[in-house]
Amino acid sequence: MINARRASRREFIQQTGLAAAGIAGGMGTSADWREPISHAASAASQARESVLTIAAVGSVLQSYRIWDVHAHLDRFTGATTEEKVEDCLHWADRMGVERMLLLTVASFGSGDEPDHPNPEDLRRMNDECIKAVRKAPDRFFGCAFMNPNYMQACLDEINRCVRDGPLIGLKFEFDTPRHPDDGPHPVTYGAPRDLSVLDPIFQRAGELNAVIMHHTFMSTLGPQNVGESTPFEIVEVAKLHPNVTVICGHTGGTWELGIWPLRGVNNVYADLSGSDPTSGYTEMAVRELGVEHVLYGSDIEGRSFASQISKVLGANIPDSSRHLILGGNMRRLMESVARARVIKT
Amino acid sequence: MIDTNVDLFNWPFRRVVGDDPASLVTNLRSKGVTQAWVCSYEALLCRDLTGVNARLASAATQFGLNFLVPFGSISPKLPDWREDLRRCVEVHRMPGIRLHPNYHGYTLDDPAVGELLALAAGKKLLVQIAVSMEDVRTQNPLMKIPPVDPGPLVGLLTRLPDLRVQLLNAGYHAGVNTGHIDDISRLENLHFDFACQESVAGLAKLIAQTSPNRVAFGSHYPFFYFESSFLKVYEALLPAEQEMAVMEGNARRLIGEGALAAGRN
Repeated sequence: MINARRASRREFIQQTGLAAAGIAGGMGTSADWREPISHAASAASQARESVLTIAAVGSVLQSYRIWDVHAHLDRFTGATTEEKVEDCLHWADRMGVERMLLLTVASFGSGDEPDHPNPEDLRRMNDECIKAVRKAPDRFFGCAFMNPNYMQACLDEINRCVRDGPLIGLKFEFDTPRHPDDGPHPVTYGAPRDLSVLDPIFQRAGELNAVIMHHTFMSTLGPQNVGESTPFEIVEVAKLHPNVTVICGHTGGTWELGIWPLRGVNNVYADLSGSDPTSGYTEMAVRELGVEHVLYGSDIEGRSFASQISKVLGANIPDSSRHLILGGNMRRLMESVARARVIKT
Repeated sequence: MIDTNVDLFNWPFRRVVGDDPASLVTNLRSKGVTQAWVCSYEALLCRDLTGVNARLASAATQFGLNFLVPFGSISPKLPDWREDLRRCVEVHRMPGIRLHPNYHGYTLDDPAVGELLALAAGKKLLVQIAVSMEDVRTQNPLMKIPPVDPGPLVGLLTRLPDLRVQLLNAGYHAGVNTGHIDDISRLENLHFDFACQESVAGLAKLIAQTSPNRVAFGSHYPFFYFESSFLKVYEALLPAEQEMAVMEGNARRLIGEGALAAGRN
């Protein structure tokens, strides 16, 4: 879908200055803020600079072949899933995003708690995700939503959506590994938990080579919802199932705490999505986990593509690393998934 | 490109790139910035704002003459803040000030705020109010600082029609958007940056909600990656004239009067 010319990194820097720390300056005007401002001169200068600068961004973004591991359709414009797909792809095209891993399409509805869908919710949500993937199969991968409090329903949905359907992964939100009636997790992390509750789902994911995306957050305010998990728990579950690819959604949000539990766990990947674009995030993730274990994600439409892509483009890392994080790593993971699915089917 | 939302020196809780003024200036110039409005991270926690503002002005002159525009920090809850305000204008020749009500422990309905804003209006200062500096969910647990409620600005700015105020970092915080945005967005003398504006094409939505003339580029650099706001401009698909206004024109108009006043001094 993206055929525009590929701009080189050097061209990008020359034209935009984006992510170009250390490049020689000299672009500034000599206007003294204390002096009367020449609006005419300013406008002329701006016209030259902004058109060139902003215009160059599109081709540069496309050069990275961006794959986004954390997308939601819920808040896009449209009365139907198909219309939301159209709106989403309009903006994805704008930002050079080739593919997205869809996590939810329809919002939760009839569950007892808004973030704990019941079996009927699960089926309805996953139907909409399948609909979106079938609408644009070359742009979306999809995940089936899980709620392990309804284990049989989850296993049924895995068979229906992944084994027999087009979805390639599973999405967990607030339910793992704690149950809603466990109450809020303690401020001190790492308390003993019964992780075996997830074994049937993870085993089935391993059999089908399905990717698992699990929401995590470590808020200073405490969990935003009962049962909200942290990277600590996700890593413990992942260690029990080393053949399953696990993406740690948001890397805990508070990334200085969320990155380090992931160190040395080969089947767990850090998802950069869904937090403010605070500088240093990507640099620390690459430093501690290795660039192959860091994935770009946006968490659209609550977030923007722009703020989340900036975490990679603005990071002080080699350009080859930017290519891996923005798309190369996810393509590598998906090639493995695709091969396995071809064999199984 | 004018960046209206930059800070100098050390963020209190983390080393960030560009936390020395020379590097910051080099970095911003390399990104195409031609002017940066700077306050000081020291202002968040230091009580000696007189010293903070003096160091800010000195660094702006030493490392960014004709590039860094210093905005002094004032807290109307500190003793003799009126003298700090006088020095910002008369000694440091600053065209504006930046307020951090949440870090300084007051709300905008505090009577002292009304007095400060009236004085600022009289001195033709541009007043920036930082709604937030960091998502409250990721703050150090010893320092939980919720965003500023901008609601009282409705009354304050209606009573001070000549005062120019820019809200910095309004937008998305901890899963919710800045409160009272519908009310304050109608104030003609209230301006915005979009460093914390989220959702796809959020900048375009902010402009639609406010005015093409009242939104100016702000990055919240170096705490945020500069590229976030830059890419938001691209993402927003703005008409060319709006894009130019956001990148520079609106900021120039916004600071113009204050700059002239400071120059006269």
